Amino acid sequence: MVKIKTSNLNLHFGQNHVLKNVNLEIEEKKITAIIGPSGCGKSTLLRTFNRMNDFKDDMKISGSIMVGDQDIYLDKIDLSHLRAKVGMVFQKPNPFPKSIYKNVSYGLDIQGKFSKSEIQAKVEESLCAAWLWEEVKDRLHSPAMSLSGGQQQRLCIARALANSPEVLLLDEPTSALDPQSTARIEELCVALKQRVSILIVTHNIAQAGRISDYTAFMYLGEVVEYADTSQMFTVPKDKRTEAYLNGVFG
Amino acid sequence: MRRKLNAKLGILSLYVAIAISIGFLLIFIFSIFYKGSSVLSWSFLFSAPRAAMTEGGIWPALVGTFWLSFLAVLISVPVGILSAVYLNCYAQKGNWVSLVKICVNTLAGIPSIIFGLFGMALFVNLMGFQVSLLSGALTLAVVSLPIVINASYEAISSVSGDFMEASYALGASKRQSILRIMIPTAMPNILTSVILVTGRVAGETAPIMFTAATFFNRQLPRSVFDEVMALPYHIFALMTEGTHADQQVPIAYGSALVLLLLVLLISGSALILRYQLRKKRQW
Amino acid sequence: MKKLYDSLFYLITLICAVGTMIMLAGIIISIFNEGLPLFRHVKIWDFLFGTFWYPTHAEAEFGISTLIVGSLVVTLGALVIAIPLGLGSAIFISEIAPAWLREICKPLIELLAGIPSVVYGLFGMALLAPMIRQLFHLDSGLNAFTAAIILGLMVLPIISSMCEDALQSVPKALREASLALGATRWETITRVLIPASRTGVIGGVLMGFGRAIGETMVVLMVAGGSAQMPKSIFQSVRPMTAAISAEMGETVFRDIHYQSLFAIAIVLFIITFGFSLLSETMGRKR
Repeated sequence: MVKIKTSNLNLHFGQNHVLKNVNLEIEEKKITAIIGPSGCGKSTLLRTFNRMNDFKDDMKISGSIMVGDQDIYLDKIDLSHLRAKVGMVFQKPNPFPKSIYKNVSYGLDIQGKFSKSEIQAKVEESLCAAWLWEEVKDRLHSPAMSLSGGQQQRLCIARALANSPEVLLLDEPTSALDPQSTARIEELCVALKQRVSILIVTHNIAQAGRISDYTAFMYLGEVVEYADTSQMFTVPKDKRTEAYLNGVFG
Repeated sequence: MRRKLNAKLGILSLYVAIAISIGFLLIFIFSIFYKGSSVLSWSFLFSAPRAAMTEGGIWPALVGTFWLSFLAVLISVPVGILSAVYLNCYAQKGNWVSLVKICVNTLAGIPSIIFGLFGMALFVNLMGFQVSLLSGALTLAVVSLPIVINASYEAISSVSGDFMEASYALGASKRQSILRIMIPTAMPNILTSVILVTGRVAGETAPIMFTAATFFNRQLPRSVFDEVMALPYHIFALMTEGTHADQQVPIAYGSALVLLLLVLLISGSALILRYQLRKKRQW
Repeated sequence: MKKLYDSLFYLITLICAVGTMIMLAGIIISIFNEGLPLFRHVKIWDFLFGTFWYPTHAEAEFGISTLIVGSLVVTLGALVIAIPLGLGSAIFISEIAPAWLREICKPLIELLAGIPSVVYGLFGMALLAPMIRQLFHLDSGLNAFTAAIILGLMVLPIISSMCEDALQSVPKALREASLALGATRWETITRVLIPASRTGVIGGVLMGFGRAIGETMVVLMVAGGSAQMPKSIFQSVRPMTAAISAEMGETVFRDIHYQSLFAIAIVLFIITFGFSLLSETMGRKR
């Protein structure tokens, strides 16, 4: 099943042509990694899927992106709804300066259509799913900033899960973390693919190899190669992919 | 739908807030310009008031304001910069510095009328300078001192320690490094604040009410011990004293326009200078 | 020689810094020195809570409660105007305006702060007061309401720039996190940005309060000047600063009236000092 489909996607920031003719089909409930050297447009691509690029004044986009059977760049699209459905976790853990509980309940609170007990249940469920519940269940109301970096990042994942997303976008989620926390987040990703489709941007090639089912290699705004991860990592088709995987540039 | 509506109304309220704020500013400036420009002329600027303030110009007040601000800044700028140097380079970091900084900030928060009372008690009465240009300038110097210190402190702190180390490494003493490297590097930023302070001082009324200003004086001050007219006080006096309101109010508007132009010119040039410096800054 | 100059320079900077502290001490000492002798003649309680301010009568009375109430009414009125406008402008400049509009709005608001208070006073007296008088069918437009409007607009840029600094210091990541969870811009502002910057916002409000209660020229010219308990905001009041500045000229050096005005200055100083300490500690916490 295809979850996300981009067709002839082009994106400009002012004069810069950042994404060039991107055509991708992202499989449902799999992990798809996007790799490539810095500045190749991989984060920008990720941010098109929940329209987080919209805030840049000089952004121009053409082509289409279907999430499920919705074209998400139609004018009538409800951005709040889209962003709840397509969750995102950022490079550096960014919990709100609120309690752990309030962080997770935030997305549900703002929707304003859930009862207190529903929210409570959902918070617990999300924290469990992000493997954080055991560590924080006795201090749900202490500040989120008191958690360690790895815990904060899992909190951010729990926060996104509370919205019951269909897709989870991870933008280099482990680049600010130590190896142990990184390993834990990687395992978590693999476990989470039962419930959501995951797209992960990473500049850690080994990480893509460890956890992803499919990999897209981007270079200078183009998707150079997109294939089954094991296949790409053993027999890359494109010279540039091979060079990148072998650490020739990056 | 309710969320959408809230968001729309919320953002709309922000537009309303900024529109009222800026709308008021424009009405304000426009009305002062509109009413003031009808009396503005060369003779208004360069002649003395006549016929019990109902005719004539504002020349003595302009001259008085110039001398008051000039002398005040002349006193407060060196003292302020040197205090900032002390805080930055010599004082032990810790309680002593934070005590001095608390004093400076407290000084900055004191209402200007209290400065006026202080000036009256100390300079006018105790030191016996009487109501004079000198008392007023000293009072205004105290008013501007905390602003100068804070601004210089910021400017000096932002000078990179690398410059100072390089200077030490070349055999310069601390004093030489401060005077030849640190202050010159910080000078553009200090200058901007000095200009801003001058604008502020020129517009102050309360501190000079009892220390320097006089309602009416045809003569220009001949020494620092003379009473002076001052533009801000002149506006106040025209509005509240005298009996010919219909003739005095237009003159007050004219004086206000001159004062406003003066202050805007001064602070405008400071803002432009700051903008230019930010663009040029290379370290 | 070089050594001597070095020490000399050090000494000069030290003298300047200590001189500044002596100035502050001097201000405090002088107003207390001139003001405290009043309490040989008037009880502190009667001074603070007495309702009659008749400093020049044969049977003089020195109760400043009406003056304090006058100051508070005008100041709180000013804040009621300045807080929503200032905070709203700050949010607009920091969060909503595109870059070019921000470059226009910010200096304009700063301009508002640079206008001399006596010009505000003139505007209030000659333009706003007649308008208020007609609009509300009053006998005089010089009252607490008019003064509060003018004062509010004077305080607005202070509150606005403090709030804007506070908003700017909130990391961009928090905005993105909230938006990515499906919050609208408005929800992000009210639920994340304002709570995260609240110490700065409160600091700005405190600073605005201190500035408004100490402002002299506007209330002297616009508030009306009668020392009475106001029954409505459309009545004339005599704030503390107005009383000091209006009456000082009539006093004789160190007579009881002169002392009472300095005693008012002590009260004013304690209030503003308290507020600047408070906003200072708020800033420290951040």
